[in-house]
Amino acid sequence: MSALAHESEEDLPAWSLPAGADESIPLPSAWPARVTREWAWGGATGAGVRVCILDSGIELDHPLVGPVQRSVAVTNTDDEIAIADDDAGDLCGHGTACAGIIRSFAPECEITSVRVLGAGYTGSAKVLIAGLEWAIEQRFDVVNLSLSTTKKQYVGRLHELADEAYFKRAMLIASAHNMPVESFPWRFASVISVGSHESEDPFALYANPRPPVEFFARGLNVEIAWLGGATITATGNSFATPHVAGLCALILGKHPDLTPFQLKSVLHQTATNVGGAA
Amino acid sequence: MSDLRAAVAAGVLGADDGFRALLQATVETARGIFHAKAASVLLLDEETDELVFEAVAGEGAGTLLGRRFPSSTGVAGWVLVTRQSLVVDDLTKDTRFSRDAAESTGYVPRGLMAVPLLTEDGALGVLEVLDRPEGVPFTLAEMDLLGLFGNQAAIALELLRRARRAQAALKGEGELTALARFAARLEEAEDEQREAGLELLRALERLLA
Repeated sequence: MSALAHESEEDLPAWSLPAGADESIPLPSAWPARVTREWAWGGATGAGVRVCILDSGIELDHPLVGPVQRSVAVTNTDDEIAIADDDAGDLCGHGTACAGIIRSFAPECEITSVRVLGAGYTGSAKVLIAGLEWAIEQRFDVVNLSLSTTKKQYVGRLHELADEAYFKRAMLIASAHNMPVESFPWRFASVISVGSHESEDPFALYANPRPPVEFFARGLNVEIAWLGGATITATGNSFATPHVAGLCALILGKHPDLTPFQLKSVLHQTATNVGGAA
Repeated sequence: MSDLRAAVAAGVLGADDGFRALLQATVETARGIFHAKAASVLLLDEETDELVFEAVAGEGAGTLLGRRFPSSTGVAGWVLVTRQSLVVDDLTKDTRFSRDAAESTGYVPRGLMAVPLLTEDGALGVLEVLDRPEGVPFTLAEMDLLGLFGNQAAIALELLRRARRAQAALKGEGELTALARFAARLEEAEDEQREAGLELLRALERLLA
């Protein structure tokens, strides 16, 4: 995708829908009576879909990750933010783990790494925001965010960015967490928020009728890619999130015109507890 | 003004021992509940961007306190920077981690679970539980339980941090120091002395009003 999917957006009615203009809205016309998994991603490989992973970097040449289209790093030196191409790989393994999971769903999607973690805690919220701005500018189709921030002073800007991504058809997929303190961006309605379930089926997906967590994906005892070409077993919403990102890459590979709203609807209708697995 | 109040309170309360004991009790309880070999709380030192062992129960209790390492390294570093709880098994497979762990703690954990310690202003540190019993399947309910402990540890850590900040404000011979010392003396004084001191204070208050 996505040049094709984005081309016509300037022509859409923006704030109101004049009489008779409804026919000009290019909705996919082939909605079946029931959205099945076969319709949603049957035969799909993620080909043509551009996935961005905002994390600690991705280890190049990891067998579970395969090719990485591009790697950039965001740095903050004395409050000066810079974004540059980078070949240092992954500083701690977290981003590689996420990339391996996405690749296991969508073997032919393009993966780009944006390193926003790993250079220390201080200044990390600004780095995250700069990385997200870059990802939206670059018009990725799917952005995996297995991370969050609690810093209230950045919530406003993050919220704006989440909405901007939504309108530009970049689907942000963010890890929820179970701590009493609020964190972001997973709590925003314009992203897909993901928690964990305990099933071993990577395609098991549960829609949650009581947000803010919208979906539960596999997050318990997941075999993940680890530094040095290895694998390890780990648990956490960090690993549930790329399961949903991978599914989104599959769905968008087959249906590149879907908006984030429609994509979320397809996820809902194909969720295990909505009858999607039947 | 909040500095002044905190400084006076610190003068009355003395050192940060109480909060430290609360933190220690939290890691002891976490270790007990999860039948783990060790549990620890790491505090983020924002000035140096390092994580510091602030309370340790079980393995490493005698040697780890005060040890520091860069804030975004290791599994504790992941948890701090991602603000996401994590459980990792088979750590011994990772030779780099094993070596680092062995060097810093003297023993290599098989697995560990860790949660970020969060407040609304940011992350304070990380709570880690090392080596649950082998062969017992891990569940997400345990993850939730660890989150509850994390919340308690975060409150203790925040109090400890405030007490330290207040004590730092007391260092030297500033007006805060004099006031805090006065508050501490008043607290310790015999009834008669105390009443006299309070009377003097009330007179002072009228004078300054």
